Amino acid sequence: MRVALFLTCVNDTLYPDTGRAVVKLLTRLGVEVDFPMAQTCCGQAHYNTGYRHDAEPLARHFSDVFGEYEAIVTPSGSCGAMVRELYPRMGERARAEGRGSGLAHALAPVVPKTYELTEFLVDVLGVIDVGAYYPHHVTYHPTCHGLRGLGLGDRPRRLLQAVKGLELAELPGAEECCGFGGTFALKNPDVSAAMGADKVRNAESTGAQVLCAADNSCLMHIGGTMTRLGTGMRPVHIAEILASTEEEPAV
Amino acid sequence: MSSRERILGRVRRALADVRGEDGPVERAYLREHGERSVEETVDLLAENLADYRAIVHRCTEGELAVVVGRLLAERGAKKVVTPAGLPVDWLAATDAEQVPDHAESTPDELDRVDSVVTGCAVAVAETGTIVLDGGPDQGRRRITLVPDHHICVVRVPDQVVSSVPQALDRLDPTRPSTWISGPSATSDIELDRVEGVHGPRTLEVVLVSGDRPSTAAES
Amino acid sequence: MSGTFVGMPAFPAAAHEAVNNQTLRGNLRHATHTIRAKRAKAVAEVSDWAALREAGKQIKDHTLRHLDRYLVQLEESVTAAGGTVHWAADADEANRIVTRLVKETGEPEVVKVKSMATQEIGLNEALEAEGIRAYETDLAELIVQLGKDRPSHILVPAIHRNRGEIRDIFRREMGEWGRPAPEGLTDTPAELAEAARLHLREKFLRAKVGVSGANFMVAETGTLVVVESEGNGRMCLTLPETLISVVGIEKIVPTWRDLEVFLQTLPRSSTAERMNPYTSMWTGTTDGDGPQTFHLVLLDNGRTDTLADEVGRQALRCIRCSACLNVCPVYERAGGHAYGSVYPGPIGAILSPQLRGTQSEIDASLPYASSLCGACYEVCPVAIDIPEVLVHLRERVVEGGEAVRNGNKVLLKPAKGHAAERAAMRAARWAFSHPAALRTGQRLASRSRRLHPRTLPGPGRAWSGTRDLPAVPAEPFRDWWQRTNGGKGGAK
Repeated sequence: MRVALFLTCVNDTLYPDTGRAVVKLLTRLGVEVDFPMAQTCCGQAHYNTGYRHDAEPLARHFSDVFGEYEAIVTPSGSCGAMVRELYPRMGERARAEGRGSGLAHALAPVVPKTYELTEFLVDVLGVIDVGAYYPHHVTYHPTCHGLRGLGLGDRPRRLLQAVKGLELAELPGAEECCGFGGTFALKNPDVSAAMGADKVRNAESTGAQVLCAADNSCLMHIGGTMTRLGTGMRPVHIAEILASTEEEPAV
Repeated sequence: MSSRERILGRVRRALADVRGEDGPVERAYLREHGERSVEETVDLLAENLADYRAIVHRCTEGELAVVVGRLLAERGAKKVVTPAGLPVDWLAATDAEQVPDHAESTPDELDRVDSVVTGCAVAVAETGTIVLDGGPDQGRRRITLVPDHHICVVRVPDQVVSSVPQALDRLDPTRPSTWISGPSATSDIELDRVEGVHGPRTLEVVLVSGDRPSTAAES
Repeated sequence: MSGTFVGMPAFPAAAHEAVNNQTLRGNLRHATHTIRAKRAKAVAEVSDWAALREAGKQIKDHTLRHLDRYLVQLEESVTAAGGTVHWAADADEANRIVTRLVKETGEPEVVKVKSMATQEIGLNEALEAEGIRAYETDLAELIVQLGKDRPSHILVPAIHRNRGEIRDIFRREMGEWGRPAPEGLTDTPAELAEAARLHLREKFLRAKVGVSGANFMVAETGTLVVVESEGNGRMCLTLPETLISVVGIEKIVPTWRDLEVFLQTLPRSSTAERMNPYTSMWTGTTDGDGPQTFHLVLLDNGRTDTLADEVGRQALRCIRCSACLNVCPVYERAGGHAYGSVYPGPIGAILSPQLRGTQSEIDASLPYASSLCGACYEVCPVAIDIPEVLVHLRERVVEGGEAVRNGNKVLLKPAKGHAAERAAMRAARWAFSHPAALRTGQRLASRSRRLHPRTLPGPGRAWSGTRDLPAVPAEPFRDWWQRTNGGKGGAK
């Protein structure tokens, strides 16, 4: 199966390790991964900040770049939700604005074949035990767009539970938002920081060394809060845990 | 232009994008939750009433007067207000002075009454609710509001329904109704429920069954 | 809307204070977490919750779609049942109508059932200005009124107060308004409730005029419904001679049967009960029972403007349960006052800027008072997609465009203060439309990475005041991919 990796602009620029981990993991599972070099950004930040019309060309670009692949895999719940939930809505809005069905038609092909990574593993590849080894104490934070947007449910937790050596701790208040929220983190820094601090304190209370999530944007916020608060914990993307093996362990 | 015309005009303009008729509302919800025998439904009513701090008693018709008399005596009620159509035999075993429900009686007069005894229109098992609709054995709304002690008699199983939808079916919208689920309560302090504010602070519900002798002991 | 909140600072500034108020944070955390767990349990008890939610949504949508027809039908039903219907296009008109009706009774005071609509229009202040005293009788509203405070929650307006603060307010203020607090009043909730009972009882027993809102109005029968807990509602609805109900036009449901949905979803969503202690239903007037004069004031005050917005109109489905407030992480930390409206929390963030417009600083900031986490949408018993409307209103703020204000189409200008952001968004759009330019930027960032601080000066402090920046990697992913042929080239 040949799939396109939609890494997302944030991961491409700031978290290449996550990208390498996805490639390693999927390759190990027999998937041929391609990274279309023309990919940029899904437009989520624009859309969610109120610049829907500026997000439209980015969505069209996304569809141009990825339209021909069998499946599109992304290690980001929020970018996955952008394509799956909000691209159809963008098409609808354009139609309601009297601009015809062009946008809706252009975006339609990518919507059903875009998968968040854990969804792709569990639903498409049908694997729970990906053969990973990660001898650490981990707690898992389900990010909002993965949890409530895509409905990832317990897929990430099932994948983590099958990882050899991994001890999974329940995160109190797991389903509460970490406070990132894209530009929310900048527009309402006090509330955002208070939410982040509460998330980090809850994570600390588990005694875990690692807080794992399926979205680096949230991890950037949580991780930045962790170092500022001087906790010993570190944020790790789920792809990096699932890619780790006894032969090639992640540090 | 009157405000009526102005508002209706605004509504019509606001809906300019909405065209055509919409389909019927999809009512895929249940008419009642779960399957129960008649006895089980009555038990559920008793359980849910008690869960919201109503005091529940069960007896047969023949025992009712004695039970009502005892409840009033235990309360120390000297005056009890009674709806015009309350069966006289319900109060056959009490010494308390009976104050009839009059249009002329003032709230202050009602405030000097200790208790009120009524029937009900319907009771809802799933929610532990009794509904009064001003019927002859229930009286004016205020008589079950101002006195601090309300004894409500529910004829089981005839007056008991399972669910809210079934209760609405039995009620006449033109009659004023009061749905009562436990004694008055508030969640206004720290979102925690506390019983006993303005309405009767003690609600006793007597579930009275036909001629069969009661099997369940009084709770 | 009410003048109570005029001059409110924008949401972030107001929230700044609240976030740092440890008592407030503790009070809100305790209360919202208590009710969250209870609501989840009350909802889980009914197996058909999803179907009830969907039916509630459809009933409300259907009603809004034919609102003109149902308003006229309601007017006919209420009138036929002995009531008098008045129409108020805005807050001022509603206040004038109620003031006139009270004056016609010759009474100097009214008792009030908790009502969002009368809060919204600032009725108490309007009556006060005409020499009429309005007594709030809901316990939480009483706490707010006695404390000369503002409501901070839809269901529990005094949620920001803990029991100790409530005791202090009762001790200090009750004597000014009537019967003083009992000697030696402690802070146990039962004693506080008892103090309120005693204080308000004399007011109920002498009241000649009651003022209420309503949770529902049934068009086919003319029935009004008030859902409450304490019995203060029953007191105000049945003891006075005259009853005046001020109700938003969106509170209509078409049929008696429709109540079967909302009487199941509202109590479980709001107080997390199978059923609230008291629900009163009345249809016009009843001979010899309850008020013999009944007035219904139908309130627009921005609702038809909201109705005109295809995306935003779903906010009118709201049944004011406040479940969205109780699950909202932003509300929990910022508190209700930061929203600058009687409608706080997620629903307030989409309702206030629609009812009042997005022109003021506070209203333009409300659509951003959310991390878009979606918890509000998940619990909403009428499935209002609050995140969708928030994003839609953000668009209105930054792009401007067509909207309806006071029944007239207006062309809104983009809000001020977003120029730098707009420029940044445009620049980003350009870069993202030109992968080569994006790549140049990424490489520049990577090459200069040793120079990057973990904190930022100026506007960047919004991030780095509380969070470190991530380290920029040695190379972006795409360079690695190309250099190593997707990892197959051997290099790592």
